[in-house]
Amino acid sequence: MKRIFKHRMTWPIIALLVLVLVNTIARPSFISVTVQGDKLYGPIIDILRNSAPLMLVALGMTIVIATRGIDLSVGAIMAVSGAVALTIIEGSPAPDSLATVMIAATAGVLVALVLGVWNGFLVSVVGIQPIIATLVLMLAGRGIALLITGGFITTINSDPYKFMAQGYLIGLPFALFVSIAAVIAVALIERRTALGVLTEAVGINPEASRLAGVRSRSIIWAAYAVSGLLAGIAGILYSSNIMAADANAAGLYIELDAILAVVLGGTSLMGGKFSIAGTVIGVFTIQTLKSTITFLGVPPAVSPLFLAIVVVIVVLVQSPQLRDRLSRAVRRVRRGPATPTLTDSGAEAAQ
Amino acid sequence: MTTSLSPTRTSGLAFARRFISRRISWVPVFAAVFILVVMFVAAQAYFGNFLTPRVISSLLLDNAYLLILAVGMTFVILTGGIDLSVGAVMAFTGMLGASLLRDGLPVALVIPIMLVVGAAMGLGVGVLVQYFGVQPFIASLAAMFAARGLAFMVSLSSIKVEDKAILWLQSTRLQAAPGSWSITPTGILALLTVVVAALVLAYTRFGRTIYAVGGNEQSAKLMGLPVVRTKLLAYVISGVCAGLAGVAFTAYTGASYPLNGIGTELDTIAAVVIGGTLLTGGSGYVLGSMVGVFVYGTIKSAISFLGAEQSWTRITIGALLLVFVVVQRIIVARSRRR
Repeated sequence: MKRIFKHRMTWPIIALLVLVLVNTIARPSFISVTVQGDKLYGPIIDILRNSAPLMLVALGMTIVIATRGIDLSVGAIMAVSGAVALTIIEGSPAPDSLATVMIAATAGVLVALVLGVWNGFLVSVVGIQPIIATLVLMLAGRGIALLITGGFITTINSDPYKFMAQGYLIGLPFALFVSIAAVIAVALIERRTALGVLTEAVGINPEASRLAGVRSRSIIWAAYAVSGLLAGIAGILYSSNIMAADANAAGLYIELDAILAVVLGGTSLMGGKFSIAGTVIGVFTIQTLKSTITFLGVPPAVSPLFLAIVVVIVVLVQSPQLRDRLSRAVRRVRRGPATPTLTDSGAEAAQ
Repeated sequence: MTTSLSPTRTSGLAFARRFISRRISWVPVFAAVFILVVMFVAAQAYFGNFLTPRVISSLLLDNAYLLILAVGMTFVILTGGIDLSVGAVMAFTGMLGASLLRDGLPVALVIPIMLVVGAAMGLGVGVLVQYFGVQPFIASLAAMFAARGLAFMVSLSSIKVEDKAILWLQSTRLQAAPGSWSITPTGILALLTVVVAALVLAYTRFGRTIYAVGGNEQSAKLMGLPVVRTKLLAYVISGVCAGLAGVAFTAYTGASYPLNGIGTELDTIAAVVIGGTLLTGGSGYVLGSMVGVFVYGTIKSAISFLGAEQSWTRITIGALLLVFVVVQRIIVARSRRR
């Protein structure tokens, strides 16, 4: 029992289950899945489908955070990749052809990869703090996206492109397959090779891992490249969902949601140990929370307030200081009203 | 760059080098001033009618709120922290103020309420950072979410402000000098904030403690400086500045809208960094932040002069931010080597 509670995945899973339970009690239709034709519908299917862009971005963010970094530019990169893809489709003579869509999506993702490599270059080679290095692109990226679309919201009609976010494959949304594929790919690369361990080493102590022969520069650089790549795919999914490239709204605040999902999943922002399963749960928690907020009839605009409350609770639960204080209080209660011992005051002074 | 010059050159160069090595922390500020002057000259040469009293005055008047925010942000960044909540707090206090005014509260009560609410938000961030070991980035992010949600809770649509005292802040044009040099009370407010903040940072015990904490928190603690109190106060000051910026912005637009100031926190950080404040803390000046805000304002008006899309503003700011951060890296690396 104690071991279960000590496991770092326990609390994130409990949080998600509580959320699902509350939803089910409030509206029993929440867990119902209806079959229409050969497609599945229902609130849970919607959550799985709508969480795909956030899932991709959060996976990349997990790797970046594990290297003790942060990537603020993911939302802007999403905007750029969507803008590139839709501009190509709009300008092509055959927007419905599969080849056009493939070229457009690939081009969008490649541009995103280039932007990710640029971020990685600034952080790993130039040595700029990650927050600032990615802030540059966060500021400039949306401007670039606006230039690509010419300041307008590009809208298109293209069935193959629409399929990516809105289509169904063997009864399930296609976007779900994309996010599952991404999770599996990242998990395989990070956990079935030494890369994951090396990434954690770099995050725990960059200098020591460099001295131990880990090529921390390439690992950090690659982390940002992967984050950019995944954000690019997320941008394609997002634009496919609304069939428009909106440079201002695409991926707005997704960097914050992604960071939150990673933290909810138990990965520390201080870098080092990371958990892909935790991030997956974190993403579902956030998406369920958003769906709950909408269901409660709260205007979507007020939903940041709820997110803020969740963030504060989560960081407080994770806070070592609070745990210290609580466990000390518990000990004091057990011991009875004793005078503060030397170790107590010593610990206090050391803080 | 200076080390590559031979030491037998003119004494003017030697003087310059000595000056630079003594005043290394002012170098980024001078770089920002230099950029500003270059931009002025280039814009004047290109447009022919850029350097008019009207345009220069509007540089301050259109960016008064940003200047106030940048002053508060400078305090926080000097301690080595960051405050992402300023734009949202500005929007929230603006909405709160506007709705209270609509309900008929006197302005003499509303403005203090706005400042206190801003201070409370700042205090919340500071407590999370200081007592619970939450990273400033995350703590202020939570505050940003909270303030944005609260702003929407006040009202989902914009509230028009009809209070004469608030509108007076922006509509009054005082002639500052012969010609069309003009200044509004909000502009005076912003300048006053800068002057007070500069004096506090340079001459008070609290101000020097801010630099000490940002330079090396551990040393500051071992020296017996009140680290906890100082850092808390830095976030409170940033919150108060956000509240004050809420007043200025409400006066500027004549209405409050919950979506006001989205992305302002990034503009503010960019302006502070361009103004020469090191993000690692411990080095920087409020006057530099003011120059940074003016650089931002100049880019904005130059782009509207060009008739180009405003999206270029963000691209230019991003590029400029990059240049300055790289310059800072070089300066820090050089001073470490010494």
